[in-house]
Amino acid sequence: MTIAVERTLPIPAEEHGPTGLLKWITSTDHKVIGKSYTITAFVFFCLAGLMAMLMRTQLASPDNNIVSLHLYNELFTMHGSLMLYLFAGPFAFGGLANYIVPLQIGAPDMAFPRLNALSYWLYAFGGLIMISGFLTTGGAADFGWVSYAPLSSATNTPGAGPDMWIVALVLTGFSAIFTGVNICATVFYLRAPGLTMFRLPIFTWNMLVTGILILIAFPVLTAALVMLWCDRHIGSHIFSVAGGGVPVLWQNLFWFFGHPEVYILALPYFGMVTDILAVFSRKPVFGYRGMVFATMSIAALSTSVWAHHMFTTGTVLLPFFSLMSYLIAVPTGIKFFNWIGTLWRGSIVFETPMLFAVGFLIVFLFGGVTGIILASPPLDFATHDTYFVVAHFHEVLFGSAVFGGFAGLYYWYPKMTGRMLRNDLGKASFWFMFVGFWLTFVPQYWLGLAGMPRRIAEYSPLSGWTLLNRISTSGAYLLFIAVFLMLVNFLLSFLKPVPAGDNPWDAHTLEWATSSPPPHHNFYWIPPVRSERPLWDHNHPEHTTIHSHMPANSVRAATSTVHSGPGVHPDHGSRSDFRGEDGDE
Amino acid sequence: MKVEAYVLIFVGAFFAVVCGIYWFLSYETSGTLMLLGTCFLGFVPGGYYYWWSRRMKPRPEDDPQAKREDGEGVVGAFPGSSVWPFVLGVSAASVGLSLVFGFWTAIVGFVVAASAVMGVIRESRRGGLI
Repeated sequence: MTIAVERTLPIPAEEHGPTGLLKWITSTDHKVIGKSYTITAFVFFCLAGLMAMLMRTQLASPDNNIVSLHLYNELFTMHGSLMLYLFAGPFAFGGLANYIVPLQIGAPDMAFPRLNALSYWLYAFGGLIMISGFLTTGGAADFGWVSYAPLSSATNTPGAGPDMWIVALVLTGFSAIFTGVNICATVFYLRAPGLTMFRLPIFTWNMLVTGILILIAFPVLTAALVMLWCDRHIGSHIFSVAGGGVPVLWQNLFWFFGHPEVYILALPYFGMVTDILAVFSRKPVFGYRGMVFATMSIAALSTSVWAHHMFTTGTVLLPFFSLMSYLIAVPTGIKFFNWIGTLWRGSIVFETPMLFAVGFLIVFLFGGVTGIILASPPLDFATHDTYFVVAHFHEVLFGSAVFGGFAGLYYWYPKMTGRMLRNDLGKASFWFMFVGFWLTFVPQYWLGLAGMPRRIAEYSPLSGWTLLNRISTSGAYLLFIAVFLMLVNFLLSFLKPVPAGDNPWDAHTLEWATSSPPPHHNFYWIPPVRSERPLWDHNHPEHTTIHSHMPANSVRAATSTVHSGPGVHPDHGSRSDFRGEDGDE
Repeated sequence: MKVEAYVLIFVGAFFAVVCGIYWFLSYETSGTLMLLGTCFLGFVPGGYYYWWSRRMKPRPEDDPQAKREDGEGVVGAFPGSSVWPFVLGVSAASVGLSLVFGFWTAIVGFVVAASAVMGVIRESRRGGLI
């Protein structure tokens, strides 16, 4: 252990620390920070969702005037920005990962707790600054979440709102970079004894890869934003033709961040779903190492395909980026194969997290398939900047961040709060969301193929797009009901709590070995780690010899490590050291 | 520590190959430079980890047969509650807003940041190890 020793005296337990609001402001405990992130991200999700409702209502009829054209531009810009920069990413790597990763690896906290707290505050203030753009005289940023040059120049989009958007992204970018560093250091240095890298839960693996991806992608965005600000305020002309600059350079820089960002938003949810499918199938993850290598391959390839968003600029190497984009389908296919393998002949239990996880599989699969269509330059030329693209990326990102994210939230909510969410309300929420999702986004594919451009606030009644837009809007209202039911579920869990117990799902990994919610510094006892399912091994010794891939003498070798000591639970010390069904790879 | 090193070296190696292919196919500088930077981002820390992994004993978390008591002792330094990250966040936001509303918020921000840095340093002399 090589963490720098900064302090020399014991600190008081959290119970003796600040309480109430002061606790939320000053805590460096990863659990409090994780909850802060989760709640803040969920608030941004709800705000961005309300913006989406306004936009869909505007588009329900041709030539509608519910919002002005300028406000519509602000709405789609801020909807995208809030969802991508302030919800989908921070909800995963700031919220759930912050809370769960240290627990899954048996660590007392994140490696750098104060940096972790700083990450949260940079994110929170960045988010506030971004949304405050609506309060300025010119309104919020209105150049789209991708902020293409020269539309984002001071001439085309003047005012404080766009500048606040730039500053907000720099702050949240640094927040993400610090969190990425923290996650990597935590996984590298704070694992429990015996928890080798190839025994990590898949969620933790995916968060590690996401952390590396953050370190690759976000600095490029920050640098590009600094250049953009310089163009807007000190006349540097990096992205303006008039001064000898190159507008398409912005697209290169942005998408070098932007495409890995898609996977920064997706990989954590892949991890959540993988863990959930295994737990609710009562099986180990099928093809564990294949999953790990597929995650790494997806992350690596995602950084080599940035210009597939730029096919129509005519400035990029089409065969290279098209081929690399197609290649992503291979590791993603391996993941789907392994997810199905995990479900195959499992004792499947359709609790709410499992429903959302299966919903993710279906939705993301369709998003992936339409992604293959868009990876083909001729097809991309035909559908670029139409609603086809809108439908595609909503299937990918809604599928992962919302279906996958809500699966993770329903799954870990009992651990985070000690309370269960109502299963019936959760299932109702899922079905509203599932049906609402397809109603909202499938018509958008057809609209795109019919030629409806994205980012338009009005369309002609003669266009023939009215019916499909109305179906899409009605689906959006179902999504609104689904989220409302979820909020009711949260409220009920606080008004009439149902205690969760330590391990309500009979789950496999270390976070379920501690109390719900966990104590300060997380663990009084950790089961011995002899596979990627240490808690399952401990709780189900009857399974350990049935499917073991290891020779008998290695099981004896493993059981010879039974021990007692200050870290051993008095009731469980003699049951330790069992080998899981997959054994030790 | 070896697996951690290999993960990062994989990043470097992958982008070295992609960077080479991309350059010779496109002769495009911005993308090539970004790929090259990513390549170093993998090789530099990965090489450092690998260098260390050859010079250190396997840690308990690297040993598949490690016992729980192997991990006993000081794990690291985990500070308790601290108001300074919040203060530093306020100062960063204040400095950031100076890029929008003028230099005066940066003055406030830098003063607050200085107090936060001093606060963190003083705080680091108290409190303890886990």
